[in-house]
Amino acid sequence: MTEAGRTVVIGAGHNGLVCAAYLAKAGRDVLVLEAGHQVGGAAVTRELVRGFKVPAVAHLLQLLDPAIEKELGLAGLGFARAKSELRTVALSQTGEPLVLDGNRIASGPASAADRAAYTDFIDRMRRYAGVLRRQNGRIPPRLAWERWQDALPAGLIALDIRRLGREDMREFLRVITMPIHDLLEESFETPLLKGAIAFDAVLGTKLGPRSGNSVFTYLHRLSGAAAPALPRGGMGAVSEALAGAARAAGAEIRLSAPVAALVLTAGRVTGVRLENGEEIAASTVVSNADPRTTLDKLLGSRHLEAEFARRLHHSRSIGTAAKLNLALGALPEFRGVPAELLGERLVIAPDAGYVDEAFNPAKYRDYSRAPVIEITLPSVSDPELAPAGKHVLSAIVQYAPYDLAAGWDAERDAFRDAILGVLERYAPGIRKLIVAAEVLTPLDLERQFRMSGGHWHHGEMTLDQFMMLRPVPGAGQYAMPVAGLYMCGAGCHPGGGVMGAAGRNAARAVLEGAPR
Amino acid sequence: MNRYDAIIVGAGHNGLTSAAFLAKSGLKVLVLERNPWIGGATVSRELHPNWIYSNCSYVCSLLRPEIYRSLELARHGLQIVPYGGGVTFTRDGDLLGGYVDKEVRRREIARFSARDADAYLRYGRDVMRQCRLVRALLMRTPPDPTSLKPRDLKEMLFVGREFGKLGEAAIYDTIRFHTMSIADYLGEYFESDVVKATFAGSGIIGTALGVQSPGTAYVLLHHYMGDVDGQMGAWGFARGGMGSVSKALAGALAAYGGEVRVSSPVARILVRGGRTTGVALDNGDEFEAPVVISGLDPKRTFLKLFDPTDLDPKLVKRARDFKIRGSSGKLNIALDGRPTFTALGAKHPMYAGDMHFLDSLERYERAYDDWKRGTWSKDPYLDLLMPSMTDPTMAPPGKHFMSVFVQYVPPLVEGREWTDADREAFKKTVFAQISRYSPDFEKLVLHAEVRTPKELEAEVGLTEGNIFQGELTFDQLLFNRPFPGFAQYRGPVRGMYMCGSGTHPGGGVMAAPGANAAREVLRDLKRSSTVPEGWSDD
Repeated sequence: MTEAGRTVVIGAGHNGLVCAAYLAKAGRDVLVLEAGHQVGGAAVTRELVRGFKVPAVAHLLQLLDPAIEKELGLAGLGFARAKSELRTVALSQTGEPLVLDGNRIASGPASAADRAAYTDFIDRMRRYAGVLRRQNGRIPPRLAWERWQDALPAGLIALDIRRLGREDMREFLRVITMPIHDLLEESFETPLLKGAIAFDAVLGTKLGPRSGNSVFTYLHRLSGAAAPALPRGGMGAVSEALAGAARAAGAEIRLSAPVAALVLTAGRVTGVRLENGEEIAASTVVSNADPRTTLDKLLGSRHLEAEFARRLHHSRSIGTAAKLNLALGALPEFRGVPAELLGERLVIAPDAGYVDEAFNPAKYRDYSRAPVIEITLPSVSDPELAPAGKHVLSAIVQYAPYDLAAGWDAERDAFRDAILGVLERYAPGIRKLIVAAEVLTPLDLERQFRMSGGHWHHGEMTLDQFMMLRPVPGAGQYAMPVAGLYMCGAGCHPGGGVMGAAGRNAARAVLEGAPR
Repeated sequence: MNRYDAIIVGAGHNGLTSAAFLAKSGLKVLVLERNPWIGGATVSRELHPNWIYSNCSYVCSLLRPEIYRSLELARHGLQIVPYGGGVTFTRDGDLLGGYVDKEVRRREIARFSARDADAYLRYGRDVMRQCRLVRALLMRTPPDPTSLKPRDLKEMLFVGREFGKLGEAAIYDTIRFHTMSIADYLGEYFESDVVKATFAGSGIIGTALGVQSPGTAYVLLHHYMGDVDGQMGAWGFARGGMGSVSKALAGALAAYGGEVRVSSPVARILVRGGRTTGVALDNGDEFEAPVVISGLDPKRTFLKLFDPTDLDPKLVKRARDFKIRGSSGKLNIALDGRPTFTALGAKHPMYAGDMHFLDSLERYERAYDDWKRGTWSKDPYLDLLMPSMTDPTMAPPGKHFMSVFVQYVPPLVEGREWTDADREAFKKTVFAQISRYSPDFEKLVLHAEVRTPKELEAEVGLTEGNIFQGELTFDQLLFNRPFPGFAQYRGPVRGMYMCGSGTHPGGGVMAAPGANAAREVLRDLKRSSTVPEGWSDD
């Protein structure tokens, strides 16, 4: 690897921008090529209808690596939180909602036993999540043990687990592969509480609460900050700040410059070709696109070894989360929810059984008639997002499998009606307030945001696609099996969510010239 | 007179195995059994005159050959006869034959997909590699990963080395294998739904998980890691029914001077000053022994046999949280003759094999959805066998014994106890499934025993009717089985041990838990071990 030469980053998603910023800071000549007309990928703010701005896809910030925020000086680049430490309001169709605030139950219908148990539960889960957090910032080790020294990096992980102490370590090793449903049955009795936690565990996955490994996905969610936040100006503001950091470090960002293919010379990536035919030479190419787009489409599987290609094609990336964005003429009312809680995170998942029933259709390539929903009204704490007195609602809706048997173009309207029907039950009259509505199914996400399978995390986040297994074994260290090519997106360790860790780790792998 | 060196609660196959190894070492051993017969769920019973039913467990493969040899079970009359393959019937009247001959089987798969026929070789190789890894751990005590004791570290190193020997790519495959669903795993090899359905059954038998639930790939392994006559993955019948296994184990025990008392239900494990002193029966009789080994499942052992004040409340909670969900049922049927399966015609080698009726993964998953909602599967997975086709001792000449294993069947129906009407409706569901493929089946039925998880619990004592004494998921396997910190067969009270399928390496008629428990007991008593350790690939 030569120090000289240009590094091209494909895609100005948040990870691509983070990676570009770090590489530029390290002195690399960095060019970011973005297909869209704005930076951010799925972390963007869009105008839904004149005057109403919504976080188009991702809407809550929970996993953003604090090291990145600090090292890239995001605060000085206009990044701020409109609201931090969001509480979770588990909505009830009939009575008072349950309000979860950090590690305590703030109010609502929970038994005394559950109140005490919840604090203990969250504290414990955060300790376990700490093990994952430490891995988030590392390049995953390879598991090749020809000599005992080779086992050392993996030994580090074992050490992290050991450091939990005996009791916690035992419990960690027990729960890590469990279904969240079983852990909840052991821990709580309040249906609303179990529903809310089950929802957190399965959000963004093709898992139900009874699916094994859903405790792991829950811990992954907890591996960032304690509670989610709403960035001021919508999620796009995070990307703008990251782009600012990259530019300040000397990186160039070109918009509306879709890459059509990678250019190879003698088995090595030597540049990219844009859709307009322009070729740009590069000594290193880092792709923020998802693994399939990068390796299948841009590189071409003919350049991959058969076994590797087989693994790639079998990696699971079927998005199940859809997005609902609404422009509302006034602030809606939710049953039993006082106005001061409307700026929090509202969740429709009344019990774990409901979440499971929502999941079942996805197994048969059908969508939930009664979906689980995560709702935010970002304009409550960030009035600039909507005209005075008016509001925007941003919701993640599950389950809406990408591979819908009937096809999304035929079912999108029926699906929207199903979502609005559920919303109406919890927020009577909300339909009348709708000025504009947008439903983004995974198919739409794939089309508009170029994510294969419409998967928010560029690939299912489960134990068999985690760390050195992400995206596939043999590519778990950001360096791809073709010289000069790296990946830095959510399809790599540690996965999705607006976290930035993949971008930061990938930059390190590039700079270290991770051996391949 | 009522003093022994060791008392074993429950004469299931693991209890008998433990007892036999201890007796072999010269200990004075007593096995106490609640039922008037021995064997637990490893029994042959004449429930219809002149018919022998293997009415609980019905096939044999997992029984460790080391134990078979070491206890000389052949000498005590145990004979395992391999049976001939299996078949999956498809709804369109075709079938996929799982012939024993690999080449014939490959060609059969090719009828459904040429690609899958190629993948089948790769699949077989990869699964066998996983089998070899797990088999190395069966006859060993799991190390405690939190411990720094030399023995645990040595065992950890052993496991690490076995793992490392696989090589990098296979290590990744192994981690993935153990965290994946059987549907995803099969999806990496096969494209034909019928082919996938054929292999998926082993991933869910006895398990309250669907084919799409992560963790089911391991369950598949649990059914593949056995062997008959050195052929890995093969299955066979114990001649004379599964009771022959217990009879042979009891024979070995008797030969070593051990004693079994039937109709002697244990009510309590007695504890004094933090250690066991013996047991008390329902009728008040007491037996003294410094070592008490429970072959019962963890819930029954700790929630029923102990005075709760003798146990740490944390352990009681562990026992309560232990997952032991019943998910299987069984029909045992006496037939007036051999039914004809339309797809097999009058004569077909597969009449001697196991028959399956689910030809798509979706049907499997929907069967599981029924269970989740609290009812038996309306389109269930059946593992149907006629042992009398292979073993003529099971039924009078010309007649047949049919064993129908059913997945999924809940321990409670929509939250309430099973009623006779439910049982009848459940039987109808199963009969309907069989009749669809064998129109003359129903009129050949002379007698049918319907077993739901409730019968299994009431009769054999398996909580919730879980055939494995606890789910085979990673949170309850290896060093987590039955509970973290208690996976080395020692109970929470000094002198108390566990030897049932609720301990490593889990259920199936394997006898490894019983043997491993005996090894630990002998170790604590500072006696030389009579238990074979490790394994050999035949």
